[in-house]
Amino acid sequence: MKNKKHLTETIIHGIFLILGLLTVGCVLLITIYLVISGIPAIREIGLIDFLFGKTWASTASEPSFGILPFLLTSIYGTAGAILLGVPVGFFTAVYLAKVANPKVKSIVSSAISLLASIPSVVYGLVGMLILVPGIREVFSLPDGASLLAAIIVLAIMVLPSIINVSLTALEAVPKEYEDASLALGATPTETYFRVSVPAAKSGIAAAIVLGVGRAIGEAMAVIMVSGNAPNMPSLFESVRFLTTAVASEMAYSSGLQRQALFSIALVLFFFIMLINAVLNFFLKKSKEEH
Amino acid sequence: MKRFGILTIAAALAVTTLAGCGSNSSSNSNTSSNTEVTGTVSTDGSTSMEKVIGSLGEAFEAENSGITFTYNPTGSGSGITAVSEGRCDIGLSSRALTDEEKESGLTETILALDGIAIIVNPENPVNDLSLEQIAQIYTGEITNWSEVGGSDSEIVLIGREAGSGTRDGFESITGTEDLCQYRQELTSTGDVITTVANNPGAIGYASLASISDTVKAITVDGVAPSEETVKDGSYVVQRPFVLVTKTDTPLSEAAQLFFDYATSADVEDILTGAGVVSAN
Repeated sequence: MKNKKHLTETIIHGIFLILGLLTVGCVLLITIYLVISGIPAIREIGLIDFLFGKTWASTASEPSFGILPFLLTSIYGTAGAILLGVPVGFFTAVYLAKVANPKVKSIVSSAISLLASIPSVVYGLVGMLILVPGIREVFSLPDGASLLAAIIVLAIMVLPSIINVSLTALEAVPKEYEDASLALGATPTETYFRVSVPAAKSGIAAAIVLGVGRAIGEAMAVIMVSGNAPNMPSLFESVRFLTTAVASEMAYSSGLQRQALFSIALVLFFFIMLINAVLNFFLKKSKEEH
Repeated sequence: MKRFGILTIAAALAVTTLAGCGSNSSSNSNTSSNTEVTGTVSTDGSTSMEKVIGSLGEAFEAENSGITFTYNPTGSGSGITAVSEGRCDIGLSSRALTDEEKESGLTETILALDGIAIIVNPENPVNDLSLEQIAQIYTGEITNWSEVGGSDSEIVLIGREAGSGTRDGFESITGTEDLCQYRQELTSTGDVITTVANNPGAIGYASLASISDTVKAITVDGVAPSEETVKDGSYVVQRPFVLVTKTDTPLSEAAQLFFDYATSADVEDILTGAGVVSAN
């Protein structure tokens, strides 16, 4: 009887182990596949020419594969989205965690969850039909599809991640800290910004890094508003991101062009890995603090 | 709504074509319907050919109830690769095969001719451009609509992504390969039409079959894009829709049946209904 029970336990453990390894297997498979398919083009083009080349003309009779425009666009676009999204997201989180009454909080929270669950193609569509013509009118440009349009769309898309993670971090600050601050005569606002926020800073940093990850990996919404011409980034110019460079040409690509697209994906993958490492660092720190 | 209308027409035509076959009772169509072939026909390739191949597939399935017809819209390049790797029966390409591709063991059969319409915003007063002007506009020599008789506003060049069959067709016809100064490179015909419809200064190109009322197709050298002008060659911005097959591997029975059907004279009305001009 006891032996049988032991056997069942072992089997169940085994099943769980296999399921767990399945995820690891997927990650390994994708990583290995990306590296194997991404390396040949980099080797053929040359790492320096690939990363720092300023011209991308993949189907030209003398093709050139320089991804510096995409790299810089991705970096500027993400930075812009974070610059716009973080202040809004951060103050919203402080408001929801500390100031808002429960009724307001529940309405705002559900609106934020809704914002998070809107598919990115819808963001792109609304951006394409409202934001792009809007930017064209407001700045009297010939065309509104630009880095600015992508930044605005991305800023809205990163809001839910920033708000939700910051909110969790702020709510986890022990109430005693705030009570002590209040008892010492600090006003509520002073307490929020001098005590609660510093206590939750690792969590808030994690929220920002998560936002960066979301922004840098977004393709669908961006492809619809950024114009996709492989220009060097400029706020009102049509630009192409790392993600959209892969997505827009993959369907019809062949030969070295296709291999180069895999190389772009590999570069993007390294970016995401880096961001994940930073995220883990902050999350770990945040855990240690509490 | 318009698309639905076209489908209805295509379906109606298919039915009349069928009825025609029955009454003629030619020995050929009798044997094919008697033997009741079963199986699947898989096609893969050009997204520009969606409407054409969709209408053909629908009519073909109605005629041969035992056969399942599939179409995978991946793009001309992918379709050609797919057929050469044996992942589909018939590849669909909206450009002629290169000599390289033919040498690798592929055969092209021109199914239809598709006009590429040059589209502008309906508010744009320009109605006609020469092929040379179009080339100059796309290469950035002409940058303002006033230079070609329009209002004083910058020309916004809308194009397709590198590798697209429509882009390849447009650039090779206008002689602007690798020279186009695109403001936007979009990934589908629908996106191009939407963008042009939303920007008064925009010019774009799209398959004639997909043009809707939201944009204006201009005349090229005085010739309006239409089925007649594409077929008689007077409208110069046109390209072939090609069925790609393997040269030495015979098609499956079902695929051969579809191939014969698609290249027969019976389908002319279906092709016309889908906005292209039959080549057979």
